Amino acid sequence: MTEVAIDVLAQAAQGVVDAATGAGAGAAEAWAEGSREREVRVHGGEVESLTEASGRGVGVRAWIGERTGYAYGTDLSESGLAEVAGAAVGAARVADADPNAGPPEPAGEPPSIEGLRDEAVAATGTADVIELAKRIERTALDRDKRISGVEEVVYVDEDGQVALASSRGHRGSFASSVAYSFLQAMAADDGDVETGLGFGVGRSPEALDPEEIGIEAADEASSMLGASKPGSRSCPVVLSDRVAASFAGFIGGALSADEVQRGRSPFAERLGDELASEALVLIDDGIDPAGLASAPFDGEGTPRGRTPLLADGRLLAYLHDSYTARRGGAASTGNAARSSYRSPPSVRPSNLVIEPGERTLEQLIADAGDGVYITEVAGLHSGVNPVTGRYSVGASGRTIKGGELADPVREFTIAGDLLETLAAVRAVGSEPRWVPFGGSVRSAPFLVGEMTIGGA
Amino acid sequence: MSGSPAEATALIDEAFAGRVLERALARGGDFAEVFCEERAGFSISVDESRVERPQSGHERGAGIRVVTGETTRYAHVDGLGEDDLLRAADTLAAAQEGEATEPHPVKAAEPPELQEIEIDPASVPAERKAELLRELDERARAAGSDVAQVSASYSEGRRRVAVANSEGLEASDDRTRVRLGAQVVARRNGSVETGFETLGAHRGFELLEDDPARIAEQAARKALDLVGADPAPAGEMTVVVGGGFGGVLFHEMTGHGLEADAVQKGASVYAGKIGEKVAEPLLTAYDDGRMPGEWGTGAIDDEGTPCRRTAVIEEGKLTSYLYDRLRARRDGTESTGNGRRESFRDLPIPRMTNTYIQPGEAKPEEIIAEVDRGFYAVSFAGGQVEPATGDFVFGVSEGYLIEGGKVSRPCRGATLIGNCLQALTRIDAVGSDFEMKTGFCGKAGQTAPVGTGQGHVRIRGITVGGTAV
Repeated sequence: MTEVAIDVLAQAAQGVVDAATGAGAGAAEAWAEGSREREVRVHGGEVESLTEASGRGVGVRAWIGERTGYAYGTDLSESGLAEVAGAAVGAARVADADPNAGPPEPAGEPPSIEGLRDEAVAATGTADVIELAKRIERTALDRDKRISGVEEVVYVDEDGQVALASSRGHRGSFASSVAYSFLQAMAADDGDVETGLGFGVGRSPEALDPEEIGIEAADEASSMLGASKPGSRSCPVVLSDRVAASFAGFIGGALSADEVQRGRSPFAERLGDELASEALVLIDDGIDPAGLASAPFDGEGTPRGRTPLLADGRLLAYLHDSYTARRGGAASTGNAARSSYRSPPSVRPSNLVIEPGERTLEQLIADAGDGVYITEVAGLHSGVNPVTGRYSVGASGRTIKGGELADPVREFTIAGDLLETLAAVRAVGSEPRWVPFGGSVRSAPFLVGEMTIGGA
Repeated sequence: MSGSPAEATALIDEAFAGRVLERALARGGDFAEVFCEERAGFSISVDESRVERPQSGHERGAGIRVVTGETTRYAHVDGLGEDDLLRAADTLAAAQEGEATEPHPVKAAEPPELQEIEIDPASVPAERKAELLRELDERARAAGSDVAQVSASYSEGRRRVAVANSEGLEASDDRTRVRLGAQVVARRNGSVETGFETLGAHRGFELLEDDPARIAEQAARKALDLVGADPAPAGEMTVVVGGGFGGVLFHEMTGHGLEADAVQKGASVYAGKIGEKVAEPLLTAYDDGRMPGEWGTGAIDDEGTPCRRTAVIEEGKLTSYLYDRLRARRDGTESTGNGRRESFRDLPIPRMTNTYIQPGEAKPEEIIAEVDRGFYAVSFAGGQVEPATGDFVFGVSEGYLIEGGKVSRPCRGATLIGNCLQALTRIDAVGSDFEMKTGFCGKAGQTAPVGTGQGHVRIRGITVGGTAV
């Protein structure tokens, strides 16, 4: 597949901005993307599917006074750009005026971040990444004779470029790459079937360790064999790094100033309050090269940065883009996120970093005494209410007895209130890990003093 | 009136499709296919009584696949440029090492009947849509003084697809969908609750002719009912599931486990169970991609197979899995018209269309009256299943306690959790009422519009996960 050159994207971005102002916009901003993607799915030692793709497109925000509109398209020809620009201007005319709407204020020079793109992602041949995926599957299958199969091993990499232009003179571009792989292993014994997930993520296939990924899935699946349903109760709970990441994502989402200002966050009107345990320190870090959401600037050109959110038990900041900053009399924290050129920027965490504590996972489990170690949660999209802060999700894991891991348990729920849970965190683990769940999170396990288990 | 969608020019002509297929099979392969798509959409929302976020999008693209033995190779490109498609076909051919396979000449199939669209939503002025949202906002706010926040959104989308393959098939579809959603936050004495309601269909703007703003009032009613409610109980009890979106329970509990990809990998608890009794005889269920106007409806699936109705459970016996072409070939059977994809950027996989439990005999109030102590799950926020183990979880968005055969207090924050095979056998009543609802289903990174439906259904013994122990 051919790659779209960065200057083609920069020209398209500028072209659509000019077309939008020509069509009646007072101000405009464009985000153009080009990418190459590769996806391999392996099952039973064979390639099940191999996808190679190229993509490109541009999205434009147009402002007419205090009205904002958005449009996107995949046609980067002159007429295609004119169509997109016209659609954005047309959309803006329908919006109601909003005194806080408008293009972002010019901000400082974006930082230069090394290592967002690893050349190896383009240099590694498809045969090599197929072999990587097969090795992950073999590792899982060979790990334990009770491993009955692997649903599939998925490997994906992407090599992409972004160009931004605005009528206020913003210009910027960057390149980044990502590679990840995951699998679901199945273990079977005596009629019981359990599954386990393993994953790895980095900037290129070289960053992935196939043994580690395969073993994680196999061990989780086999450790769950014979799982039963625990009794309903309240008890101490240790959240694994994966589950802790989902939890951090829940917190980060509710810290969006947009949700706060619209009265849809349990953190509204709580800035500066002592509401969390001192053990939990949470930072939004958009410039750590290892974080997949890192970039020199956010979805509207504001430099990304590092924003401490929770420390010393206090709520220190909300996440802002230029709109919420203007509305809230604050500065943008560089958190205007884009899923792609197909959507306008919206406030979201970049990379969330849970500051590691001083206890190993074994020590956290010992500290819990009698409780449950949660390794997997399900139903997050329906069981978590970001407005009220209440959650009730499906879970599985192991019981903790006398400070040690005991029997596997599944088919129960953990439920509670976000703010109460934040206050109940007793300790954070010392072994951090990047987890691509709940956004991009540098996670660590943590011990919560009390949570409600809903089981038999 | 210029209401109906303009007669669209073909996305790909037969001769060109033939050339692409020939190039894709230039070095062998069992099967080749080219899928072309044009998508256009518009959405807009109201929040804090202000109309905002108007946005429109337009994309064209194509995906080409070559199947050799058990391996599928896929390439997709943005745009429908002739050079880009031929280059993608060449990339696929380059990975093969054999003699050319001759594709059958492409010939348009008898066109299936398309869903009738009376009013093309794109022909309706955007101002009318903005006005509609203002109406929703006002209706929700009028529902009670404890309504604190109202947001609502309107979206329309049109997908034109055309598919041609080396077996000579050529087919196309034109799918227009319209959807309205309302979310309300209610506050009373420090207690906060949310309510949500939607209205959507594979239809045009005519869907919104009959008082669509009622959904804002319904969403407000849900939030107001729940505000100040006690936490849901935790533990095992009898659960009555409401009609309509209650069907998401069947979608998760059974539907996903019937998708042939999971079955063939042994990653479904329903594998090897065709012909077996999996539920009481009162249960019959279908997947039906031809229900007029429903959210998951189409004329064809995304491989060109006409959509159809498939009985998946008949009187308690498991009767069929859901197939796309690839998995059907593997099982030596025919596709059931369930090969769907989110867009040209994705490979087709077996997916549900509209899945529903056939209405039974019992009246909803009788189903509830027979429960001494239980939980009434009127509607769900969504759910998730692990087909390999059968474990499922559902978030209840509106729930009540049942005490002495009567619906009593509302409860907040409930989750239902259980195992499919067990829960399915415990369904002991199916209501005579019936409603279909819209949903978005996620699988393998692809989102698909699906319909779910049923009347009231009772399940004996399911775990409710709440915060009250």
